[in-house]
Amino acid sequence: MRETKYWFWHIVCGFVMLFLLGLHMIIMHLDEILGVFKFAGERVLAFENVASRSKMIGFACIYVLLVGAALYHGLYGLRSMLLELSMIKPLHRLINIGFWILGVILFIVGAAGSIIFIIRFG
Amino acid sequence: MFKRYKNYLGIAGWGVGRRWGIERYLYILHRITGLGILSYFLLHIFVTTSRIFGEEVWEFMMRSVDKPIFKIGEFMVFLAFCFHGLNGLRLIFIELGFKLAIGEAEEPVYPYKTSLNKQRPLLFVCMVICIVLVILGGINFIRVFHF
Amino acid sequence: MKREIIFKILRYNPDNNKKPFYQEYKVEIREGMTVLDALHKIRETDDPTISMRFSCRMGVCGSCAMLINGKPQLACSTQVLEVSKKMIILAPLPNYDIIKDLIPDLSVLFEKHLSMKPYIKRDDIKDKEDPKEEFYQSPEDLVKYLQFAYCIKCGICLAACPTVATDRDYPGPMPLTQAYRYCVDTRDNGYKDRKDVLGDSHGVFRCHYAGECSNACPKGVDPAKAIQFMKRMLVFDYLKLLKTKKTAQCLGKPKDAKRMEGIPAPPEFTIK
Repeated sequence: MRETKYWFWHIVCGFVMLFLLGLHMIIMHLDEILGVFKFAGERVLAFENVASRSKMIGFACIYVLLVGAALYHGLYGLRSMLLELSMIKPLHRLINIGFWILGVILFIVGAAGSIIFIIRFG
Repeated sequence: MFKRYKNYLGIAGWGVGRRWGIERYLYILHRITGLGILSYFLLHIFVTTSRIFGEEVWEFMMRSVDKPIFKIGEFMVFLAFCFHGLNGLRLIFIELGFKLAIGEAEEPVYPYKTSLNKQRPLLFVCMVICIVLVILGGINFIRVFHF
Repeated sequence: MKREIIFKILRYNPDNNKKPFYQEYKVEIREGMTVLDALHKIRETDDPTISMRFSCRMGVCGSCAMLINGKPQLACSTQVLEVSKKMIILAPLPNYDIIKDLIPDLSVLFEKHLSMKPYIKRDDIKDKEDPKEEFYQSPEDLVKYLQFAYCIKCGICLAACPTVATDRDYPGPMPLTQAYRYCVDTRDNGYKDRKDVLGDSHGVFRCHYAGECSNACPKGVDPAKAIQFMKRMLVFDYLKLLKTKKTAQCLGKPKDAKRMEGIPAPPEFTIK
């Protein structure tokens, strides 16, 4: 039954990301057409624009949530692909443990980016 | 025990199309786009975290990825996201067994109609939205980089 | 109308060959001939050594499943001219070991099927072992699993499934469908015994709805649908939202009912 839990949260993360990553993609890739959240200047990736978004608590929360959801969803997806390979069966235990560790480390790196930015520049 | 010849298709069995249905192609595309997005995302975490070191580091990072190959790569990630997201939405409806998506158990009558036929309108809607988003993203891409 | 069609058949004899190889035969095909008919003709006129399984020759027994031009199908219910007018390539079902020529080793399929406990499991053993009356089941209850009970265990769905191609621990569409078929049966309450295998890391969640099992199934069983329903059941169970179904009870004849006028009495039992 443990897999049911993992898979359910994989689906939940996917659903959450559809909106959060969708928003992120609209900001980044439909900027010319829609022009949302460009607070300073024309270039969406200019530091002023990035900083003005990162300083907002709401955006920071979204970034932290997004990095967590994306890591879980992505690593679970990759894990399920690797679990389906019977030729690397001896590695499956290592994959299960390794992916948790990798996920937590990457989450700390990603979340630290948002939190430290607010402390330093906010 | 008799001698046997192992006849498992292996990884080729994931992708081999031949006379298969459209859902099989979506399945393999879903995997490829997923892997693409994940590999981009792992790099993306490190690149974007560099903003905590201030404007200079950030601008240096942005300059170093400001090459056509990275830009095209980024656009590919956008395409992959559009497909993966919308196909994923279809899969959520199907995999959680929504009756509107895959129907209910019913007595099979020849010629057999399966849940594949039932979910095809959903598939169609998702793919149309995907194409619209891709076109919008393409226009944006052309406008930004003046290709 | 007659046509000469080339048949490329995968040959493998474990005693003589290290690897399977293709052998070609030219067969004159009449309209309406099935692949199984053509194979019989080849055995009669060209090569009696081709080994294959068949029995009912009308799509009921599921013995003659094979890979016909890259798609797993029943040889007896596939007409040659509907597949190709030039060349037919025949091979045993993939994702199984080959025993000889067109014969796959289906024992894996049956072992996986058995691991799903594909039989009625009840808590009240007395009712099950020695029932005095019939278990009550409404037509609505029957429809919930009837479609999945039409499975003939031909093994085509496992040959079509992309996950089975690499994952040998994944039960595959047929066993999972049969697990659902019994879980949803009102006479059964063995879900709690099956859910650990189903919710395992090689269980139902390794299905990604490529849809090939339902595409290939010759009986319209729709295994993909059953697997999605199984996922739903497991997720609802995890969220504690699963409604416990009422197990069907024995239903006897009403004790002091009178026969309506004009309706004759049923004949006497022939077996006492």
